[in-house]
Amino acid sequence: MVARMTRFLLPIAVFILLIGFLAAGLKLDPREVPSPLVGKPAPAFDLPVLLQPDKRFAPRDMRGKVWLLNVWASWCVSCREEHPVLVELSKKGVLPILGLNYKDKGDDARRWLAQFGNPYQLSAVDADGRIGIDYGVYGVPETYVIDGNGVIRYKQIGPITPAMLEEKILPLAMALKK
Amino acid sequence: MRDLSEKLRCLVCQNQTLADSPAELAQDLRRQLREQVAAGRSDEQILGYMVQRYGDFVLYEPPFKPTTLLLWVGPFILLAAAAFILVSTLRRRRRQPEEPALSPDDKRLVERVLGPSPPPERDGRAR
Repeated sequence: MVARMTRFLLPIAVFILLIGFLAAGLKLDPREVPSPLVGKPAPAFDLPVLLQPDKRFAPRDMRGKVWLLNVWASWCVSCREEHPVLVELSKKGVLPILGLNYKDKGDDARRWLAQFGNPYQLSAVDADGRIGIDYGVYGVPETYVIDGNGVIRYKQIGPITPAMLEEKILPLAMALKK
Repeated sequence: MRDLSEKLRCLVCQNQTLADSPAELAQDLRRQLREQVAAGRSDEQILGYMVQRYGDFVLYEPPFKPTTLLLWVGPFILLAAAAFILVSTLRRRRRQPEEPALSPDDKRLVERVLGPSPPPERDGRAR
């Protein structure tokens, strides 16, 4: 009797193994492409500032500080989702947020900030998206946590939720500040 | 240029190559390719530029690396395993004993219905 049953054990074991793989695979999101830039220095750039046309910004200006680089655009619908979260965060004053205005028009961008609030210390204007390519941007919004040495420590793909802030981003930023 | 853009994946429409995708990011990246090709950079340099920024996923064909070994070799391993199981199952079947000979009662019943059976072959197998 036991010998008969062992014949079924192998297919059942294989089946359970395949179910395991399926369950793990279904949890993965192919839209989330992990960034090879985590742990590498944030690519340099030198761009005009959105609301101060005679000023320019480069990431090295933020050396010594832990900060967020948030890629946004006025045409981006998902950005509206995360924007209140960023505005709230900016009010707390714990983590500077800098914007990268990606493939946008100056007037549209200014109007959008006036309408929805401006959490950014400043926004650098990446009009043709070339800096976005350097940062591996493939969708908007995307956010980078950059440390005091200018190294990218985390990349958030998609809108930032309060849960994300609490569980990943803020703890990381606090740890990096020490 | 066409060759290169067919080796890269569009990250927005992820099942299309950079050559085929209409997405805006694809247009931007094709422009990058054009500029780099015009600047005389080699295929390896340009592909390396993309991988540096977007990771291995941007290559349409996964590279053959230790981490992708299972991906490449897996189907062949499964095929070999299936062939092995098939062969050993067939071999096991052939080794099983013949159907046992009919009991005398059953033999008489068969002879009544079908007529007498011919004598067995030399090697002992009933016809």
